[in-house]
Amino acid sequence: MIEVRQLKKSFGVQPILHDVSFRIENGESVAIIGRSGGGKSVLLKHIIGLLQPDSGEVLIDGENIVGMNERQLLRVRRKFGMVFQGAALFDSMSVAENVAFSLRRHERLTEGEIAKRVAAALAMVDLPGTEKKHPAELSGGMRKRVGLARAIIYEPQIVLYDEPTTGLDPIVSDSIDKLIIRVRDQLKVTSIVVTHDMRSARRVGNHVLMLHEKKIYANCSPEALFASQDAVIRQFVDGVADAKENIF
Amino acid sequence: MNFLAGTWLGEWLVGLGRISALARDAIASCLTFKASRRDLLYQIYFIGVKSQSVVLVTGAFTGMVLTAQTYFQFHKIKMDTATLAVVGVSMCDELGPVLTALMVSGRVGAAIAAEIGTMRVTEQIDALRTLATHPVDYLVVPRLLAGIITVPLLTMESIVIGILSGYLVGTQLLGIDPTYLYYDMMQYMNDVDVVFGLVKSFVYGGIIALIGCYKGLSCNVGAEGVGRATTEAVVYASITILITNFFLTLFLQRIYVLMS
Repeated sequence: MIEVRQLKKSFGVQPILHDVSFRIENGESVAIIGRSGGGKSVLLKHIIGLLQPDSGEVLIDGENIVGMNERQLLRVRRKFGMVFQGAALFDSMSVAENVAFSLRRHERLTEGEIAKRVAAALAMVDLPGTEKKHPAELSGGMRKRVGLARAIIYEPQIVLYDEPTTGLDPIVSDSIDKLIIRVRDQLKVTSIVVTHDMRSARRVGNHVLMLHEKKIYANCSPEALFASQDAVIRQFVDGVADAKENIF
Repeated sequence: MNFLAGTWLGEWLVGLGRISALARDAIASCLTFKASRRDLLYQIYFIGVKSQSVVLVTGAFTGMVLTAQTYFQFHKIKMDTATLAVVGVSMCDELGPVLTALMVSGRVGAAIAAEIGTMRVTEQIDALRTLATHPVDYLVVPRLLAGIITVPLLTMESIVIGILSGYLVGTQLLGIDPTYLYYDMMQYMNDVDVVFGLVKSFVYGGIIALIGCYKGLSCNVGAEGVGRATTEAVVYASITILITNFFLTLFLQRIYVLMS
């Protein structure tokens, strides 16, 4: 279970998050939505301890990770897998080496066992036979799939996705959404997906958190969000800019 | 200390504190040997083997020019055969360790900062952390160990090739008697000169790796940030080596006097 309590974060004088609180139960699939630059990725990085808040608490299975040092956090992070916006693959390594990274560092397996696990993870993300390729030879969608294979190979309890469909065409985005749902259902993981793609949020989330003006503005099901008549929610769901934002 | 905030001195002190914390983490990690042997071997290859040519050329031509210049002065007072003794002591004590370190800093320090800096701006370091791997264990420790292993070896190579080149220039070009040239060198050189050179190069290897890693890990986002980190890694490492060299020389001499 993940619980965030009264989280506050500023970068310099710029406040990003203010009194953000929510709770995510095991096995839930949550979409965090909100406008670009609204602090969604910052919130995600607080959940895995990549950023430390100015105040507030982040509890992972009841354990507060705020204030932990980097070595203490490594233990907590083994519960997590994370897929980055740009995939963040290690560009000096092949696909197989990327995917096998955590197995080689944290588990005592033979090369044969590692190869089997890598092949299975790549098959799960529909990229069989790509072991020898390098990140530079892959398309954006393929890189995100490899990033997902790397994040799930050690069977984490929670998978975090930072804008998994940003920059991809609608067909590839759809396939990534299906992949997120498949991973959630087959591995029974808790999924947290940061996105501003409403279609994606509706498909992958059985719960939606909307960040607005540095706070959680809505915490409801996708159906309730889409049916809402609240002006702020409607504007975001329908994708309508304010008059002052019509820059052309 | 708030009055220092925002000043260059304040920023310098903050940087010094951070690099000291990085050194502490790296040493603690070295002692528990969390780095992989494969990464260490690769870094030894990258820092040691790939720096051979630049170090050998530097050592050889430094030895040659030093021999020529020394000979031109010594010849006036009929001390030609003492030329190689001066070259030997200079190469072992100062020129071998310092020039090798400066050349390695230019080649390796820059590469370390650029590689780690690029990893930082492309979120690869965050990815490492999410994969429960400490960046110090994975990135800093292999480079630090490789630096302190290979730079002394490269320095020894540079010293040997420098003295050998000087000997060849002295005997073949300048016409100094080979027997007396060699005899005088052995007469005036001590084992301690070689030990001083080794101790210094050990320290410089650590400085190059640590500053390269620190600049990479703390670089700002964007191509400009990586470029700046790369330049600063070379400049700061070179300046640190030159300043450290002075104090290390005084310190080692003091230790030598106390022990003898």
